[in-house]
Amino acid sequence: MSLISVRDLVVEYDGRRVLDGVNLDIEPGEVTVLLGGSGSGKSTLLRQILGLERPMSGNILIKGIDITRCAPAELSKIRSSIGVAFQSAALFNSLSIGENVALTLREHTRLAPSTVDLVVWMKLAVVGLAEFGGLHPKELSGGMKKRAAVARALALDPELLMLDEPSAGLDPIVAAELDELILFLKDTFQITALVVTHELASAFRIADRIAMLSNGQFIAVGTKDEIRASQHPRVKQFLNRVPDNPVHAPAVAGYLERYVRSQEANS
Amino acid sequence: MNHSRKASLTSHVLEFTGTETLKELDYIGSLNIQWWATLRGIRNALPLVGNRYRWRAAVHQMLDIGVHAVPMVALLAMCSGFILAMQGASELRRFGALHYVIDLVAIGFTRELGPLLTAIAVSGRSGSAFAAEIGTMKVTEEIDALKVMAFEPLEFLLAPKYLASLVSVPCLNIVSNFFGILAGGLFMLFSTHLALPLYFHYVLSSIALRDLMAGLIKSLAFATIIAHVGCLEGFRVRGGPDAVGRSTTAAVVRSTFMVIVADAIFTAIFYFMGAA
Repeated sequence: MSLISVRDLVVEYDGRRVLDGVNLDIEPGEVTVLLGGSGSGKSTLLRQILGLERPMSGNILIKGIDITRCAPAELSKIRSSIGVAFQSAALFNSLSIGENVALTLREHTRLAPSTVDLVVWMKLAVVGLAEFGGLHPKELSGGMKKRAAVARALALDPELLMLDEPSAGLDPIVAAELDELILFLKDTFQITALVVTHELASAFRIADRIAMLSNGQFIAVGTKDEIRASQHPRVKQFLNRVPDNPVHAPAVAGYLERYVRSQEANS
Repeated sequence: MNHSRKASLTSHVLEFTGTETLKELDYIGSLNIQWWATLRGIRNALPLVGNRYRWRAAVHQMLDIGVHAVPMVALLAMCSGFILAMQGASELRRFGALHYVIDLVAIGFTRELGPLLTAIAVSGRSGSAFAAEIGTMKVTEEIDALKVMAFEPLEFLLAPKYLASLVSVPCLNIVSNFFGILAGGLFMLFSTHLALPLYFHYVLSSIALRDLMAGLIKSLAFATIIAHVGCLEGFRVRGGPDAVGRSTTAAVVRSTFMVIVADAIFTAIFYFMGAA
């Protein structure tokens, strides 16, 4: 049975259809990558799966429970089994990194304070931040913040880890380190991960399956090799990095020439 | 032609009035929903029976809303007390009724000026801070992070702030009353050489417990308005940092306006009940 099943999901913002009858299954133990360009609906789908927004129609089943219709208490229980790292990290700025990680442990478990401290240290050690627990988010670099967000997401040993654009805005070395971290988590903890990204290198490094979104619909879902072999024009365009509207250099040059001539005529 | 222009202008005015009325009703409705939801969550912020982290957050907020505002409220009340005493004295002296300044300051502060000045100070200091804090958390996805970590933002963020406001604002009101009345006493000391102990004796004989209670009831209502308007403005932030700035301004403007409207309503109620 799939851990997550998305069925005929339709989402609209102000009459504009962002997701148009989307279907997706996420299997346990797999890293599924949601790939797609900016504005393709990746983050919207993630927010829907997290129950942060209500769809216009369709269902999202997590462990067999339809989160679009379930009671708040049930949604809260499901969320306790999901770890999420947001694109902006979304660490609580008023808390230290250690306190950020400890928050759910303190409030959702009955662990003794010393055990909480130990678990926090372990989670931070997994992401290579064991020495930085006392620092506040503003004192960390972009890559460290993302890793801290992953540590916080791992605090309750979730069955499912969701990462929104984990490598966006990071240099290639730090981005590669995060990719390795995701693979390490998958191999070590058999974690199921859903990763939203538009970074091709990252997607093809970490994915077991890739689902590619374009204009609110999945245009290709499959393994890395199946995606590479896809003949869908949009997939090929995305993989080959072909622009939609190439800049017409002669047209720009012509415009500049006319502008210079008009300035000369005025002077 | 002129007739059709007039008709068009009338329809525009009606449309604008209708739209704005609906918006305000929607706002009041949202405040009500938020208030009821917070009442359900406020138990978690109470000591002993609630969540100790919410109680700790509430104590932290009490320090911020209450203790840190004492110098500002005291100074504001002293200045207002002097103003009230001097303005009253300039008129009452002509009728040989200077001693009524004591009643004016004592009753004026306990029933009216104390709660109102405190509310305006707290609205400017803390109402705007609530909107800025929650608005920034909204922009940086921290509110979404709270939700996906299975926390209820109203219970996590608003309940401690509301509890702290309910405790701090009435306490600040008493501070404001004391300093406002003290200013009246200093004025009387310098203008009529009336000793302060005697002045306070007259003050205590001129005010009744119901005056103090009326002021405290108002304070609780003002605390509710300030906490909920500030937080609602924060939760309604959409967009970037500029929206946070607008929400902080809106929090102060709206809460001050609503505090004055509520004050008028309470004063009218107490007046007809014979308490004012």
